[in-house]
Amino acid sequence: MRHPRDRSRSRRPLSSAALHTTLVGASVLAVFPVAWVLLTSLKTDRDNWARPDTLGTLGLGNYRQVLAETQFTTWFANSLIVAVGTTVVGVLIAATAGYAASRMRFPGQRPLMWMFLVTQMFPAAVLIVPLYNVLSDLGLLNSYGGLILAQCTVAVPYCGWMLKGYFDTIPVSIDEAGRIDGLSPFGTFWRLIVPLAKPGIAVTVFYSFITAWGEVAFASVFMQSEDRYPLPVGMGTFVSDFTAEWGLLTASSVLVMIPAAAVFFLVQRHLIAGLTAGGVKS
Amino acid sequence: MTTLATGPRSGAAPAPVPPRRRVPLSGLRRLRRHWYAWAMVAPVVVVLGVLVLYPLARGVFLSLTNATEMNVGRTIGSNEIPPSYDFVGLDNYLDVLSGAEGAFYSRLLWTLEWTVICVTLHYTIGLGLALLLNRALSMRGLYRMLLILPWAVPPFVAAFGWRLILNDEGGVLNAVSRSLGMGTVNWLGEPFAAKISVIMVNVWLGVPFMMVALLGGLQTVPRELYEAAEVDGATPWQRFRAVTLPGLRPVSGTVILLGTIWTFNQFPVIALLTGGGPGGATNILVTEAYERAFQGIRDYAGAATYGAIIASMLVVFASVYRRWLARQTSEVLG
Repeated sequence: MRHPRDRSRSRRPLSSAALHTTLVGASVLAVFPVAWVLLTSLKTDRDNWARPDTLGTLGLGNYRQVLAETQFTTWFANSLIVAVGTTVVGVLIAATAGYAASRMRFPGQRPLMWMFLVTQMFPAAVLIVPLYNVLSDLGLLNSYGGLILAQCTVAVPYCGWMLKGYFDTIPVSIDEAGRIDGLSPFGTFWRLIVPLAKPGIAVTVFYSFITAWGEVAFASVFMQSEDRYPLPVGMGTFVSDFTAEWGLLTASSVLVMIPAAAVFFLVQRHLIAGLTAGGVKS
Repeated sequence: MTTLATGPRSGAAPAPVPPRRRVPLSGLRRLRRHWYAWAMVAPVVVVLGVLVLYPLARGVFLSLTNATEMNVGRTIGSNEIPPSYDFVGLDNYLDVLSGAEGAFYSRLLWTLEWTVICVTLHYTIGLGLALLLNRALSMRGLYRMLLILPWAVPPFVAAFGWRLILNDEGGVLNAVSRSLGMGTVNWLGEPFAAKISVIMVNVWLGVPFMMVALLGGLQTVPRELYEAAEVDGATPWQRFRAVTLPGLRPVSGTVILLGTIWTFNQFPVIALLTGGGPGGATNILVTEAYERAFQGIRDYAGAATYGAIIASMLVVFASVYRRWLARQTSEVLG
């Protein structure tokens, strides 16, 4: 990044200090809440969460209690199943549809793209009541499959739109070469385009995982028994009008952030490339 | 993604349709020609059809009835109770839009305030940070990683964490302001303070996305343009106005549109931070609709009415915005 404008390297020390101060300040603001949750989760003395200035004994007591005495692990597994399921199903069908929309001209193409765009705008509140009825008719309430499908309504349109944009940036000549070598359209897609589109796919994987992992509205309505609760609903029971188990809540928060952050830092290398490719091509 | 910003115009440009295609194909030939495309699209169409279009139609239908939890059909044990709600036409809409039912306009006003303030702050802070990170700078990677962190935190976790920080008794924010000799604020318990709190949390959550997207956009602005501007003696501010902002326009258009829609529909932050309280002061339209549908006696028709109104406002907004953006872009390009 440094090459053409070498003058910026010799920035005056004062403005350089201001730059770094701003960025350090912003970073502190960005990290503080996470760090605070982490710190609170380590306070083992009961009710010390309410004394910000006291540390007391630090330890892993809260974690032990969350893992052993609550249904946290069940909720965690529920959320993981739903998030992974949504990601796999959503990205797979969004990718094929995005590829078809990018490469082929077929009747119904325009309505499809329009549908991708418009469904992104529907808030859960519009769909939630009728969706509840549909899932209930299909016998899918309180089941993983039902919640995965419901989450797909959020993930698929965005992923489809995004991947169509990404596929558009891959030269068509690659498809043509594949076809000349005797691959079917689907083979071309699977063997040539998917590997090339990895950065774009990484972004959509990330997006759908994060969305499904953190979704609250569908999750709290479609899963009704405690052993099927996903994390947001289950963890909400730690801190209600009647209880304030902040130790448990913060400990479980930290445990929840780990998979999300893991996925995040796995794909963040591709993140900017993918977003840019989606965003700049026009 | 920015195809959405430039709209149908750009889509029409390439590959003029050969006249032969104008002849309507017979069903079989259409099938033979397009079956690959249709097969690849079919799963999405089925999923969205069953889970979006049909529920949507049903939602519109419900909004024209007086369905509540008490009168929809249900099965209790072996007894099946048939639905007994009636078709009431546009009554629900009239109730809501005439203000007879009360809460709608105050919710709408707050929803608009919330959306505009949040998106403005997201965009300006995100752009500011992106500009800083786009410079040659030591520890750039570290800053970027730290600044992206809020995006990696699921919103519900963030909401819980902020509730701990903003808590009236024992929240760290009040403890700090007390030790600095300033008064304490009941951050989640007073209407105005609660509004500030939810905005603050949502800004914290939303800035990284803007920052990353705009940083990507900045890196595509051709460097020669900056050099040319510098040679012409443009000040940094002029370079920003004349090179950076127009260069970012496609990305900005997309992220502002997405950000507006996401913020308008932001559910977890408000639902988990304040639960819409105190006294419904922080309820935006989406959380209000949800409350109607699933709290107390479930008012399905009322919730569906809110939902339909929300969706139509968003569709109108998006199409107006796209048209405006297309005009702006074509003005810039010539």
